[in-house]
Amino acid sequence: MFSYLIRRVLMLVPVFFAVSLVIFLILHFIPGDPIDNLLKVGSSPQARTEMEARYGLDQPLPVQYGLWLGRVLTGDLGTAIVARRPVADLIAQALPHSLRLGGLALLFSSVVGVGLGVVAALNRDRWPDRAIMGGVLLGSTMPGFWLGLILMLVFSVWLGWFPVSGARSWQALVLPVLTIGLGGTALVARITRVAMIEAAGRDFVLLLHAKGLSPLRIQLRHVLRHALIPVVTILALRIGWILGGAVTVEVVFARPGLGTLLIKSLSQHDYPVVQACLLMLAMAVMLGTLLGDILQAAMDPRVRAALG
Amino acid sequence: MSGRALPAPLRAFRRPLGAVAGGWLAAVILAALFAPLLTPYDYDIQALKEAYQPASARHWLGTDEFGRDLLTRLIYGARTSLSVSGIAIALSVACGMTLGAAAAWFGGWFDRAVTVVVDLTWSFPEILIALILVAIIGPGTTGTMVAISVAYLAQFTRLTRAQILTLKSETFIEAARSLGAGNAHILFRHLLPNALAPVLVSAMLATGDAIILEATLGFFGLGAQPPVPSWGGMMSAGSALVFKAPWIIIFPGLAVAVTVVAINLFGDALIAELDIRARMRRQV
Repeated sequence: MFSYLIRRVLMLVPVFFAVSLVIFLILHFIPGDPIDNLLKVGSSPQARTEMEARYGLDQPLPVQYGLWLGRVLTGDLGTAIVARRPVADLIAQALPHSLRLGGLALLFSSVVGVGLGVVAALNRDRWPDRAIMGGVLLGSTMPGFWLGLILMLVFSVWLGWFPVSGARSWQALVLPVLTIGLGGTALVARITRVAMIEAAGRDFVLLLHAKGLSPLRIQLRHVLRHALIPVVTILALRIGWILGGAVTVEVVFARPGLGTLLIKSLSQHDYPVVQACLLMLAMAVMLGTLLGDILQAAMDPRVRAALG
Repeated sequence: MSGRALPAPLRAFRRPLGAVAGGWLAAVILAALFAPLLTPYDYDIQALKEAYQPASARHWLGTDEFGRDLLTRLIYGARTSLSVSGIAIALSVACGMTLGAAAAWFGGWFDRAVTVVVDLTWSFPEILIALILVAIIGPGTTGTMVAISVAYLAQFTRLTRAQILTLKSETFIEAARSLGAGNAHILFRHLLPNALAPVLVSAMLATGDAIILEATLGFFGLGAQPPVPSWGGMMSAGSALVFKAPWIIIFPGLAVAVTVVAINLFGDALIAELDIRARMRRQV
């Protein structure tokens, strides 16, 4: 198990380099020059060259990548071109907001999703199953930003229960968490239901029935435990997805976070900030995948045995 | 004559949910095709005196901030949203099938390279991939189309590769080979046709996701540019007015949700008719 852990973590190193190279390169294909945003209209060409030298934009691409990667690895994310502040500061400000929102949304969708999935599986093909799966399908087909705006309209404007936007109080978190969480709930409920139904057909379940255990106890203690393995794996993989979904929802609710920062700096062509945001999101995705693999190995003795 | 002879998409209509979903999809597609015949108004002519009207007999779904008829814009918006997502997914399927089949067929370092790249992009949210690509290509319908097709490329490459790999070891392939069939014959006449059904059904389901993605890009102002209506663009304009005239954003969102639900239900009916549920899950 331990050697598997080490191997799995080492595998992230080449992936990290590949992802960082892609992120670095992509940004240089984006049209639009950040220097244009900085220079006053009618500045001399000399001022432009000076400005480019200041941000290292006059170096050849491989050199720029090497310098950038070296700085990133030492924790220096550069200076935001438009905001003129260290990028690390901007990220440090935005990240906790995104993590809180994403974490709560993940919690919401796992608890509600597993609950709904279990109820649906226990009532397979009867009306509770149909109602839950129908509701879940509807919830997963609404665009996140739209759902957010409609929730805002109903609960903040008409009913006045929650603040419209911002991040000043915990109440402001409720609607964004709900918006992101509802989308994830659909997936979790669907996977839990299928996994429960599949696990219930296994031989060991037949044996438990033969031994005379109560059906509900079998379902909740044995079948669910079995079914949770794929659910947990998917949930860990979802970490990156939830941060991705947070991008639109953060913008809708005007919350300070990585998503808002990313969209704003994309429109301002602020390369260093966009690069840092993408790198953060990419690392979240990679760590989520890692977590999923480790959890799967920890929960499933067969996987553990296969890994040696 | 027995119903078995009917093609699967028509058989799906015999299921109640399939019929409702298929009926809605057919209606939306027909409305999009014949938009000019159905709509008494123009989608881009402003009538500021009639702005912000709620639903009425004159304007069934009300008017927007420029006094344009919302139903008219919704129908023209279906044109943009459906064609952009449809073409994007078609493009993605064509490239993904080629890549996936080539990877499974040739194996070796090519297969490994494709798998690494696909796994890498697979784990990233489509919206992030699409956002970055639109930023590179530039906003508009072409940019959105390319961005969406790249965002879904990994999915179809993976699915095709998995299908071909499992089919490759089936008995009927061995039989064809022992009868003297060549490589190209086996790939194009046996493997690809058999891999087609799951890939096409998942392409249909992905078109639903692509409609949402297109709407999201449109919401950020990166999709079809005004005055051409798209569902996302309409919601983008409506989001600023959500408290003043909520209907401007409610109806395009409902159009997206109902259409995507219909695509999913019809897809389910198709999967059941084709009896390919187990094969659809084979993606690894």
